[in-house]
Amino acid sequence: MARFGMVIDTKKCVGCQDCVIACKTENKVPEGHDRDWIVTESHGKFPDILMEIRTERCNHCSNTPCVSCCPTGASHIHDVGGVVLVNHDLCIGCKACVESCPYDARFIHPDGYADKCTFCIHRVEKGLKPACVEVCPTYCMHFGDLDDPNSEVSKLLQSRKYHVNLPEAGTQPNIFYLI
Amino acid sequence: MNSLSRRKFLKISGATIATAAVLAGSAKTFVKASKKISERKGLEIIPTYCDLCFWKCGALAYIEDGKLWKVEGNPADPLSNGRLCPRGTGGVGAHYDPDRLKSPLIRKSLRGEEKWIDVTWDEAFDYIAEKMIKIKNEYGPESVALFSHGIGGSFLKHLIRAYGSPNETAPSFAQCRGPREVGFELTFGDVVGSPERTDIENTRCLTLIGSHLGENMHNTQVQEFSRAVERGASIIVVDPRFSVAASKAKYYLPIKPGTDLALLLAWMSIIVNEKLYDAEYISKYGTGFDLFVAEVSKYTPEWAYVETGIEPDLIRETAREMARYKPASLVHPGRHATWYGDDAQRSRAIALLNALLGSWGRKGGFYQTHSFSIPKYPYPPYPELKKESVHNPNNKYPFATGEQISTGIREATITGKPYPIKGWFVYGTNLMQALPNQNETVEAIQNLDLMVVVDVIPSEIAGWADVVLPESVYLERYDDLNTSPFKEAFVGIRQPVIEEPNDQKPNWWMAKKIAEKIGLGNYFPWKDVEEYLDTRLQAADLSLQELKTKGIIKAPQQPIYFEDGAEPEFLTPSGKIEFYSSQLAEAGFDPVPRYTKHPDPPPGYFRLIYGRAPVHTFSKTQSNPLLKDMMDENELWVNTDIAEKYGLNHGVYIKLKNQDGVVSNKIKVRVTERIRTDCVYMVHGFGQKSRQLRSTFNKGASDSELITKYTIDPLMGGTAMNVNFVTFEMEA
Amino acid sequence: MHEIFTTRNNPYVDPIMAMWEWQIPVYLFLGGMVAGMMIIAGYFLFSGRHKESNCACFSIPFTSLILLSLGMFALFLDLAHKPYVWRLYTTFQLKSPMSWGAWILILVYPALIANILIRPSQWMINRVPKLSEIAGKIQQHHILIRNIGILNMLFGLMLGAYTGVLLSTLGSRPLWNTSLLWVLFLVSGLSAAAAYVHLVAKNKAESELLAKADNGFLVVELFVFVMMFLGLLSSAKPHIEAANLLLNGAYAPIFWVFVIGMGIVIPLIIQLLAVNHKVKHTPIAPIMVIVGGLILRFVIVSAGQYSHWFNAHFH
Repeated sequence: MARFGMVIDTKKCVGCQDCVIACKTENKVPEGHDRDWIVTESHGKFPDILMEIRTERCNHCSNTPCVSCCPTGASHIHDVGGVVLVNHDLCIGCKACVESCPYDARFIHPDGYADKCTFCIHRVEKGLKPACVEVCPTYCMHFGDLDDPNSEVSKLLQSRKYHVNLPEAGTQPNIFYLI
Repeated sequence: MNSLSRRKFLKISGATIATAAVLAGSAKTFVKASKKISERKGLEIIPTYCDLCFWKCGALAYIEDGKLWKVEGNPADPLSNGRLCPRGTGGVGAHYDPDRLKSPLIRKSLRGEEKWIDVTWDEAFDYIAEKMIKIKNEYGPESVALFSHGIGGSFLKHLIRAYGSPNETAPSFAQCRGPREVGFELTFGDVVGSPERTDIENTRCLTLIGSHLGENMHNTQVQEFSRAVERGASIIVVDPRFSVAASKAKYYLPIKPGTDLALLLAWMSIIVNEKLYDAEYISKYGTGFDLFVAEVSKYTPEWAYVETGIEPDLIRETAREMARYKPASLVHPGRHATWYGDDAQRSRAIALLNALLGSWGRKGGFYQTHSFSIPKYPYPPYPELKKESVHNPNNKYPFATGEQISTGIREATITGKPYPIKGWFVYGTNLMQALPNQNETVEAIQNLDLMVVVDVIPSEIAGWADVVLPESVYLERYDDLNTSPFKEAFVGIRQPVIEEPNDQKPNWWMAKKIAEKIGLGNYFPWKDVEEYLDTRLQAADLSLQELKTKGIIKAPQQPIYFEDGAEPEFLTPSGKIEFYSSQLAEAGFDPVPRYTKHPDPPPGYFRLIYGRAPVHTFSKTQSNPLLKDMMDENELWVNTDIAEKYGLNHGVYIKLKNQDGVVSNKIKVRVTERIRTDCVYMVHGFGQKSRQLRSTFNKGASDSELITKYTIDPLMGGTAMNVNFVTFEMEA
Repeated sequence: MHEIFTTRNNPYVDPIMAMWEWQIPVYLFLGGMVAGMMIIAGYFLFSGRHKESNCACFSIPFTSLILLSLGMFALFLDLAHKPYVWRLYTTFQLKSPMSWGAWILILVYPALIANILIRPSQWMINRVPKLSEIAGKIQQHHILIRNIGILNMLFGLMLGAYTGVLLSTLGSRPLWNTSLLWVLFLVSGLSAAAAYVHLVAKNKAESELLAKADNGFLVVELFVFVMMFLGLLSSAKPHIEAANLLLNGAYAPIFWVFVIGMGIVIPLIIQLLAVNHKVKHTPIAPIMVIVGGLILRFVIVSAGQYSHWFNAHFH
């Protein structure tokens, strides 16, 4: 079984939001809504500052509170790559999944259903990369099968230090940040 | 599309391409193409090149059932490598921008009141033609000037030259990279150019002085910067603000604004005194080195510490660091260089530092550029010029060569000297935010008999026009060929991929129509722009059809480094790298740069510095719905300690007042550790005053509004703008 | 200094989660109060009091039906994809409390209706004369009435617990993420229901009884609060931050004044005095309890959405 995930090199990311815009055009994300976003986090006192820039989105967790809480099965785990998806025709817009996500990765689409990153599964199933990965001018994003030890993403995780977001929330996120 | 490139596109998109009914066999079908929209079915992928900034990356536009869907990079394009920057990716929004100009406008009340009558193109052209003929008769054709930024202005430039005026300028010289080009030309005999000839990709040590790559998104540079970071290149960042680039740096030097030259001199003195320079390179290509050494060796790091606030040991260590990796050690020349008024000399110091490192012409330094040679269109010769341009009377700024000083033309428009300027054409540049001191711009405009603005959006400058001509956005028009100098020579095409939503027209059509109205039709002998482009391309043994299909055609690779056989050629008077510049000495300037001290902000005031955000280009893109969604206002960066002292909370709105009492629009405070305590920072391009730009009107504050003071570079007439001081106005 | 900037700006998510507005607290409150009413009414049936001419058995079920329907309507108003609401009933999602809740409501309605049918009001009989006949038949079967009582208590318990579980399973909100939340909501629901009977009962003895019961519920509720805060405060940092939101943070004034003070402590004192005949029974105390219960749901829903794993990283 493939387990799709992303490995994002925070050393290279400049936070330009290209990924965000590419997502918006590719997926026709409505104005004023973001499926992905940039977080800039810094510590320290000027001029001794440590800063990390990350592009964030749904973590397509292995442990999925958003799927568990869904009363209709709209929020589900796709049979390809363990990608977490929402079936618009099942969603009643109860917002429980939005509340359940520790990353606040979901929102309610103006058409009423819960929406979020799909890992561009429509592209991935055609052998393409997600739009955000494909557009990144710093080449900081990598997408692939985390269960395949020979994949680019697995190799990066073997060779570099990394962290995930909110490991303490226990969701087993599948997006890893190289540091 | 030929079958080969089709396969390629299939590979890129994975989508089915329907009958590639690529728009237009001729411009005629393009112009009346609206009926054809419904006939376009399926997915079409059409190459073009981007216009969201001036880098001109190759792009692929995706049209889905006749509707513009998305824009991606063209993998064949050496500038973008198939990856556009955020603005380019958001280019779709330029087409859909609800605030776009829709039809030609003629003003019906006072200039600047933004009251208009919708007119037909013919009426607009009649108005312009009548005034142009009148100005020509009363004052001579020289009295019309063109301010034009971007390749789209090339047909208007041709029109103005055909009309008989020498006055043609862009703010990109005197308000931006002019000092840099002059500093480098004085040293190496050549400019840095655009795209910058910096080999960031291969450098082993990259020094950035105020250059905020990553926030400044010039595509190739950011891509190469990222690769340099990945390869572990040593990065040194000098900036009063802890920029994104600073967060990637091995050394961050939090310099006091205005003292960069002191740091550069100290660096050079260390490299000279410790003999860390590339001696072989210098003896082979340099001249005046001994005189240079005598001058710079006196600038100790301890002296520089007092000026810059940077620890002497850090200055030493970074000088040694950059020398360690020579010649693959690049001190980036920056781009927007009009800072303090001695900018050409500061840029020359950067050039000299690079010369010490032997990086010019070397791998990991500055490569030698190549551009695709395509003959110009065989136009009839222009009329002989009777007068010189007004931009630099009496050669007051002796090194303002190559390009014209925009503010010089503005000055002449105000004073009427050396001769009156009575007409302005403004193409694709919002002079209200591009030129310092808005009052002077308005004063100049009030002296005009004709003010024409060609733009895609109702920019602030359009509000001051007599006639506004709505241009098609780049996705809807042809422009001239892109043959930018780069690592490899290439030619790129911009072609329409989608119809204009309203009555917008391409600039080539406007230029041709105006020319015909004023009896200069013979200067536009081509039927349409396709004929123009095909004529040029055929002269280079290419065809329009082929370029339209591929988007980019490259020439064979040629050596770009001296070590690979690129010919070292220095077009200085001595034919060498001029460590000591006799030209400068003869003109009464320092032949080797010297430090000048700039005034500090008075107590309670902060130096206003400004920069760029990755999602916007100047003040051109704020109404683009995709980019507005990313950033719809700018913020004022204030150091945490200062914020505490003045009781400024994060997220509150305040106003700024400058040294001349000018008060800004309200701006949101960003309390941060990432900036010094003696300056505040904002992203340029916001706080726009055009009421027709509904989505961005009065969002954020305008640095340009606060830049009432400017210091002129005595070498080349550049207007330094980091010389303004602001204080906080609490009631917002 | 720790600085964090996000470019995300989703409506009702940023800067602070506010997806659930007034509808959900109203629904949770009404659901909890109805649960309490069912348990009280069910207990009365179970203990054979339906023979007495009191109100609890007979007016409460009908009121519950109305209140629950209002609560359901509030929930429906909250749904963003309303035409798809029927999708709740084409599936059962074992792990989803909301799915459980949807199906519990399917059980609750018949139980309430069964209760109503035992002794329908004259108003109903006038409209549907056959009701009298049905009631007559039911009343002949004491075991059936007992069982209706048991079912009302059981489904009431499930409903009351569900209103808390719905939130407490949303682990991303540390304030909700306590296994005592269902107890709190259940006890609060019971308290509100008791207060309601106390308020409207014409039968003095019943009113007195429910006032005493309410005093008990309020004391238990205070105890549950203490336990809940002890649990949160001895947990991970996000939970401590969440508890502090109520104890001394942004929500402290409303929590202490309206939920604890005016919602529990003051009415408890008044009712203690009343049952000991120191003061007269007035509607003041029970109204305070009911309003306090409603505010409790608002505070918990709002502060819960505010509480976040991530916020804990800032301080």
